[in-house]
Amino acid sequence: MDADASLLRRLRDGDEQAFAALVERYHSSMLRLALSFVPSRAVAEEVVQDTWLGVLRGLDRFEERSSLRTWLFTILVNRARTTGVREARSVPVSDAGPAVDASRFGPSGAWVLPPDHWIEEAENRIDAVKLSELIRVGLDGLPARQREVVLLRDVEGLSGAEVCDVLAISEANQRVLLHRGRSKLRQVLESELGGGPR
Amino acid sequence: MSFLSGVLRFRSRSRSRSRPSELVCQEVVEVVTDYLEGALSPADRRRFEVHLAGCPHCTEYLAQMRETIRLAGRIAPEDLTPSMRTDLTDLYRRWRAEG
Repeated sequence: MDADASLLRRLRDGDEQAFAALVERYHSSMLRLALSFVPSRAVAEEVVQDTWLGVLRGLDRFEERSSLRTWLFTILVNRARTTGVREARSVPVSDAGPAVDASRFGPSGAWVLPPDHWIEEAENRIDAVKLSELIRVGLDGLPARQREVVLLRDVEGLSGAEVCDVLAISEANQRVLLHRGRSKLRQVLESELGGGPR
Repeated sequence: MSFLSGVLRFRSRSRSRSRPSELVCQEVVEVVTDYLEGALSPADRRRFEVHLAGCPHCTEYLAQMRETIRLAGRIAPEDLTPSMRTDLTDLYRRWRAEG
């Protein structure tokens, strides 16, 4: 039985410690995701609290057809969308910029300004805290819908199908948002860690 | 592989670029997520891999995308503040009291 499943069982048995453990595990992830939907940290905190209450109240109804984590995020997204000023669903896939700026390719479509090397830099010379910070800033800079997908897929490690369920978007839409978000994050890392002039 | 040898490769390739099936770098960076997601058709996947085999820059680019994904998965969670913990303990107890 995985850790979430055992927490869920204990929670259903009325174990307060299991709730505390679940909170430790997911609260900050939920807060981060909520911030993508609502205008302020205070509102995000309210949404997350409201989500926890919804989770507790829904425990009896949860049929475990999805993972506990996917269920938590789904409740969160629904509440955040209800609360948020941004009308997430009505906005088409926006911000259709290229993955890499067109000026970096020649007329034939081949690189003229190829990617700077930075992987070794990230591995060896930058400490984990600074790297985390860099990713966080990069995520904050993404359009909200891209950030939501990248947070769920790459930061939280949900599958593509789970992200589609949580955000109620199509697979194709998920892939496009993921692609744009990841491409921009890569560019942030290259700009910060790469050597060459740009 | 040096930058120059990469450029030379492109030059030699560009002569045969009239074949419609050949991907160029600018297209590769747009389908890299589809590739990683396993969403390309077998034929497109082959074109992608053929391009990569001859293009060190796109090989580097793919490695960077993979590294970006890996690094995103490692960002540290924000610590909960004592007041958040207290609020949530209260919330739990209120819920229990709801019966």
